[in-house]
This record gives sequence, structure tokens and C-alpha cells, in this order.
Amino acid sequence: MTLSPGTKVRIKTMVPLGHIRTPHYLRGKTGVVERVLGPFKNPEQLAYMVPAPTRTLYRVRFEMGHIWPDAEAPQDTLDAEIYEHWIDQDAP
Amino acid sequence: MPHDHHDHLSPSGHPYRQDNDGALTYWQTMEIAIRELMIEKGELTPAQIQEQIDAMDARSPANGAAVVARAWTDPDFKKRLLENGSDAAREMGFDIGPMHLVAVENTSDTHNLIVCTLCSCYPRNLLGLPPDWYKTREYRSRAVREPRAVLREFGVELPESTTLRVHDSTADMRYIVLPARPVGTENLNAEDLAKLVTRDSMIGTGLPKAP
Repeated sequence: MTLSPGTKVRIKTMVPLGHIRTPHYLRGKTGVVERVLGPFKNPEQLAYMVPAPTRTLYRVRFEMGHIWPDAEAPQDTLDAEIYEHWIDQDAP
Repeated sequence: MPHDHHDHLSPSGHPYRQDNDGALTYWQTMEIAIRELMIEKGELTPAQIQEQIDAMDARSPANGAAVVARAWTDPDFKKRLLENGSDAAREMGFDIGPMHLVAVENTSDTHNLIVCTLCSCYPRNLLGLPPDWYKTREYRSRAVREPRAVLREFGVELPESTTLRVHDSTADMRYIVLPARPVGTENLNAEDLAKLVTRDSMIGTGLPKAP
């Protein structure tokens, strides 16, 4: 199911090896879907030239004060592109 | 004092730059082998390869500046640019290939900054090659960790009331900042406006020039 803009999401804390596009500093953090970008081939397989399934890609917006507790301006935001399989659907 | 290290300085006082005349790396050898094979087999001509290199070198921030100036002067185009940056860039004749472009707009209360923390993703089709600092570990880490401090070093002091939005280009999108149109430019046409649009203003580390 595609998540709608505005949905609160948490990024998984897993640490798989390989070509991963989810930056470490966002793992375990909570943000909000800013927009749905659509289906893209999963770079985690694509990078190794093996069959790559498509995954929905989202732009997720995080608050700086949440990522960095000592942020100079906590209300500033950080947007990043996150693939669906990095979103923890069971998070509260 | 840098000038104390005489061994590393030319007679004019500038540091020597290390030459790149070492042995070829594995991948350099591979590239030459594949290129020569493709030419031998008639898949490509040397002229086609040179043409592609020339096309890549010809891309410059002037492309992005033309897009920004058009958005400043044509509200319908600006709407299309913000909705679908890829289509809007193609509409202006910029071949952006398989790239997906997202344009983010600076307003009176919002400033945008682009970074790629994982590598060096950059809208090359509209801005040309990225500046060296864009690819440094320092910019890539500090732009997300302390972006306001980074902006101050670039000479951009954001008021507290401005919201800063940092965009980390982690996957398939490429980003361009649509800077706010400078005041006092009401009478300028798109061609003259484009001259005010700097590369850094489209990355978010700078502002457009004043008229």
C-alpha cells in the first residue's frame, strides 16, 4: 500500500552490508512523507547488476531538532529519498 | 607557514601539484581496453566519443540560470517546474536523460540547500560539473549536521525566522534551488535576469546577484 503525503513514518534501524542509500544518520528517526516519487528499481540489487525489483520511493521530511538534539534551529528540516522497504510499518 | 616548506614549492612560491604519471589502475586499463575494442568492432567512432565528451563539458550553470529566469518571468512555467522539474527542463530543450529533477523554491520565509551525503549527486545537465567542495566529506557531512554554520561560511546569514530545508539527494532525484527573484529587477527580461543567477544560488549556498 502506498503511503500518503503527511503519513508519519519511522526509518528502520537495520544495518545491512552493500550498496545502501539510506544514510545512517536517519536510521531509527521519525519523519513525515513529503511526497510519493513512484516506483524505482531497488539500487541495493541494481548496483550489483542482479534483477532489481521496483520499490516505491518516498521523500521523507525530518525535523533537524529530532535528528540532532543540539541543532541550531530545531524547526529546520531535512528531506531525503527513502525506499519503502526502509520504512518500519509497525512503528507506532 | 606554507611558504616554509620549500621542497614543495615552485620558484614562484606556489605548491607543486602531484603529477598523475603513475601506473594505470585496473579500471583505467579496463576503460581503455573496452573503448579500443568498441572502436575496432565499429560500435563507436572516436568522433562520437569526442562529441559526447564535448557535450558533457559544454553543460554549465547557464542552463540552470535560463530555467530559473524563465520561472521568474513566466508564472505558468514556474508552476510546471515545481510540479515536475524533469518535464519543465525538457520543455526548455535541456536533455536531462533519465534524471528526475525536483525544483525547490526559496521564498521570503524558506531557504533550500542541496547536498548529497552519500556521494556527489548533482544536476549536471543543468549545472555542469559539481564544484570540488560539493564532493568533499566536509561539505557532505556538515551540510546536514550544521547547515546554518555552513551557509554563514558561504556568506549567507539566514534570519532566525527563515525555515531552512536541506535536501539530501540519496536516490533517484536531482535537485535545483529556484532562488527568490532579487528586488529591483521588475524591468529586466529573462535574458538579463539569467545573468544574476549564480551556480551557488541554485545549490542554495549562495543568493542571486543584485541588479
